[in-house]
Amino acid sequence: MPDIKRKFGAAALIALFFLSWEMFCLLSGMSDLILPRPSQVFATLVQRFPILWPHILQTLGTTMLGFALGVLLGVSLGAMIGVSRTAYDTVYPLLIGFSSIPKVAVVPIFVLWFGSGTVPAVLTSLAICFFPIAVNIATGLATTEPEMEDVLKALGASKLDILWNVGLPRTMPFFFASLKVAITYAFVGTVLAETVASNRGIGNVMMSASSNFNVPLVFAGLFILAGLGVALYVAFSLIEMRVTGWANRKNDFAAA
Amino acid sequence: MSQALPKLAIVADAPAAATGSHPAAIELSQTTVTFGRGANAVPALSETSLKIRDGEFLALVGPSGCGKSTILKLASGLVRPTTGAVIVGGREVAAKALRIGMAFQNPTMLPWLTIERNVMLPLKIVQPFRASYGREKRGAFRDKAHALLAQVGLRDFAGKYPWQLSGGMLQRANLCRALIHEPRLLLLDEPFGALDQFTREELWAILQDLWLEHRPTVLLVTHDLREAGFLASRICVMSARPGRILDDSEIGFARPRNIAMTFEPDFVALNQRLRDLIVNARTGAAAPGA
Repeated sequence: MPDIKRKFGAAALIALFFLSWEMFCLLSGMSDLILPRPSQVFATLVQRFPILWPHILQTLGTTMLGFALGVLLGVSLGAMIGVSRTAYDTVYPLLIGFSSIPKVAVVPIFVLWFGSGTVPAVLTSLAICFFPIAVNIATGLATTEPEMEDVLKALGASKLDILWNVGLPRTMPFFFASLKVAITYAFVGTVLAETVASNRGIGNVMMSASSNFNVPLVFAGLFILAGLGVALYVAFSLIEMRVTGWANRKNDFAAA
Repeated sequence: MSQALPKLAIVADAPAAATGSHPAAIELSQTTVTFGRGANAVPALSETSLKIRDGEFLALVGPSGCGKSTILKLASGLVRPTTGAVIVGGREVAAKALRIGMAFQNPTMLPWLTIERNVMLPLKIVQPFRASYGREKRGAFRDKAHALLAQVGLRDFAGKYPWQLSGGMLQRANLCRALIHEPRLLLLDEPFGALDQFTREELWAILQDLWLEHRPTVLLVTHDLREAGFLASRICVMSARPGRILDDSEIGFARPRNIAMTFEPDFVALNQRLRDLIVNARTGAAAPGA
């Protein structure tokens, strides 16, 4: 049972991390206005959960919507860049330029266009998460073996045939690797927009909590975000294992 | 152009039975190919005329970079001639004029598909199979793939993934994939180049069996003169870049041929003659024979 032992060890180390945090705060007499103890944070979390729940749903919903749109946009842009030379020469530089812009600077523009609330949050999370997806899809497509393409072209395959049968399946490992990055980015985008311009969502809760010096509640917000991020990361890892197991032959995939 | 042959040539390869209304003949007439333009132009093939008859097994040999693969790509329609014309199956070349199967040195099996699904890939692309792929992929098409795989000794590997097979096994699967859609023209670009000697000889015999059974027109590009002599019914020797055809010989050894035959004096003499031609072509000492 070395596997269970390993997982148990990891869990123990993570618990130790929170325990040392707790001990550090107690021993140094740190004020909870500066760094609350984890036990305080969890207590706040449980206590305020009924009030926090709608905000959690709001942030989760906004993020998922922004993420879904980001996947759509990222995949289409990536496929374009990967397939067409012209798109590579024109869209790619634009994309890099756009992704270099700090998204904090973009939120006010979205608010100007769409008012405050859910829409700018969705757009911000979209804007921040599509870039890694596009780049990874394009990279996956660019690594298609030229011989494979020749074999298919000689059969009379269209560009679409090649994309569908070879290009896209080949990008799947790249795609899922990028999804795991993108989902955490999407949370950053949502919370950013909620902090600046919304009266709902975890970002907004944290904003008002910090202006009331309710630091344990701010940390509770951070913990919620971290928890959501980890949960979605795990979900995509599980889907990834099912879909692209062929790329990880170490896991005894199909060894039967 | 053609020269006297070793005298063993008694039983000539029967010219393929004239089947079908589209003879799989290839004709290059005064074809040249140049890659790039202007100052960067690289001539890959100087004016070449070559006829490949229906059902023939033609091997192209020559020094590396001589344009052998270019001729193959012309026949497949992947490269267009810069000047001149290429007629495949009675039509100006276009990929769809004729069913074509192709295999390269790199077996390019798709890692996410089992061997049987890899072999079936052309059926997913080429008509008339394409139309019924969804229905037949677990029925007739799979049986077809299994039959071919059994023929090359991969019966038990149909359900495996490419990384579970050795290089020689992958190359056999590659041959199956090139043949599954019953191509009239089979284009092979150094298919056995990366294999060890013994595996290579084993695959020669398999390829010969497949050819004798299915009788496609074959164009084989190779560096290996024994391979060319063993497999081909005709060998063309090309000069160094930009390529030209220096020599064109019918190979009449009786079929089925076996490895022992490659050590007989006639075969060795043929080998030596081809070798001399290529060595001269490399050093540029040979005067143009045309």
